[in-house]
Amino acid sequence: MSAAEASPSPAARLAREAGLERLGRRPAAGEYLRELWQRRHFLLELSRSRFRGQNEENRLGLGWVLVRPLLNALVYGVVFGLLLASSTRPDNFVPFLVIGIFVFQYFAGCLNDGSKAITSNLGLVRTMHFPRAVLPISVVLQQVYALAPMMGMAAVVALVFGEPLTWRWLLVVPALVLMTMFCQGVAFVAARVTLHVRDVAQLLPFVTRLLFYISGLFYSIERVGLPPAAEAVAMVNPVQVYITLVRTGLLTEVQVGWDVWALGIGWAVVTLVGGAVFFWRAEEAYGRE
Amino acid sequence: MSEPQTSPAAARPTVVVDDVSVDYTVYAAGKRATSERKLLRRAPSLRQARTVHALKGVSFTAHEGESIGVIGHNGSGKSTLLRAIAGLTTPTRGTVYADGRPALLGVNAALINELSGERNVILGGLALGMTPEEIRGRYQEIVDFSGIGEAVDLPMKTYSAGMGARLRFAIAASATHRVLLVDEALAVGDAAFRRRSEERIRELRAEAGTVFLVSHSMGTVKETCTRGIWIDHGELRADGPVLDVVKAYEASVR
Repeated sequence: MSAAEASPSPAARLAREAGLERLGRRPAAGEYLRELWQRRHFLLELSRSRFRGQNEENRLGLGWVLVRPLLNALVYGVVFGLLLASSTRPDNFVPFLVIGIFVFQYFAGCLNDGSKAITSNLGLVRTMHFPRAVLPISVVLQQVYALAPMMGMAAVVALVFGEPLTWRWLLVVPALVLMTMFCQGVAFVAARVTLHVRDVAQLLPFVTRLLFYISGLFYSIERVGLPPAAEAVAMVNPVQVYITLVRTGLLTEVQVGWDVWALGIGWAVVTLVGGAVFFWRAEEAYGRE
Repeated sequence: MSEPQTSPAAARPTVVVDDVSVDYTVYAAGKRATSERKLLRRAPSLRQARTVHALKGVSFTAHEGESIGVIGHNGSGKSTLLRAIAGLTTPTRGTVYADGRPALLGVNAALINELSGERNVILGGLALGMTPEEIRGRYQEIVDFSGIGEAVDLPMKTYSAGMGARLRFAIAASATHRVLLVDEALAVGDAAFRRRSEERIRELRAEAGTVFLVSHSMGTVKETCTRGIWIDHGELRADGPVLDVVKAYEASVR
């Protein structure tokens, strides 16, 4: 029992006699999850509406969801396939590159939009009640909506470039589920950190760019010939891990052992649980900024 | 202090505000300018944290059946007080106790201008905590109340300012709460809609246990409230029957 409850002020006693609840207290973890579940319809509608709202402006509307990644793949294909040719590439380079770019964009979207989940929704946070975790989860959901057509496109590219359609393609599902858990954890952390230190938002583009170059998007890490220690570090990088796991499903050339899956599971669980707890612990502070 | 007509001594408390203070930290450049010349000369250089005391030890108890007008000049802390009562801003010191979750009347921040009025009714209703079934049940009522008719199928950004305000009010006022907080929401739309919205607020007040109203219109406050709370520079300056408090406030402004 806290000191306040041991000797309540007259106001606290009055409130208790009237059966009033203390406001602004952070709910316990179980209660928080229950509240979150109760607001699931809001979460889904908010994510769907924002996803549609962002694309409604253009003549092509949701078509851009397909055209944008295609153009992206084309640009990177020209740059890394024709202009900057190198020996660090796997044989079937085009689907390798396309999958790398699409999966990386999913991660980068979760990181960048996650960092703005609270700061760009202060109006909502200041006027309405709902578990604040709705906002970073909604950010990741919107990225999932964008990822779905991109993965369809990646599958088409893989087929066109001669990859056989096998049962292995189903591995893409657990790979992306694990990656989504990881991305959600990252979004939780980014949302809270940016709120405390706005300057972090200025650093994120550099973090994103660094990860873009070190995560094996347009080269295969084994072929670079890094010193063993550096290669080991590069292989543990979670972004690299998830890109590789998705490639394992679609490309016959990319084969991984259970150690990579174990890494993927580890990163997913640790980041999601740690990120969720980190975010939840500041629940009562989000309205004060 | 004389008792408002509902005799709160007998009525049940619905909100207890116990010695509440709210501080904000803002990052602003430099120090306070001491003269006009310095203000002009000094380039904004160092950014330092400054603490703003928005509320300083405010205490009062609200009861069932009361409607309370919160008055004070701009920046006095009225809106901060309302957000603290809503549980949206956690006090730096002190505690707020309330009956259920007091809710702010408003839904603007949840809506998306690119989408149709229809989608926004659904989104806004869900944001206010209604279930999908409740929204289906009240959908027609909300659209009829707003009076926007066929335009409900068009994106909200195509609406005139008045139409948008009417739809937003209709959505916000469709939910009922035991403790309702209204921040300057009365003056929306044309005269006819204004009459209807004032009537709707009266209904909401009858359904709610307690209503707080923040307004700069002393006429509205006197007309709709039984009790007045005057917040001045974050402190509770006066609390009592609305006519007395408004009179004291008006005397101080003059």
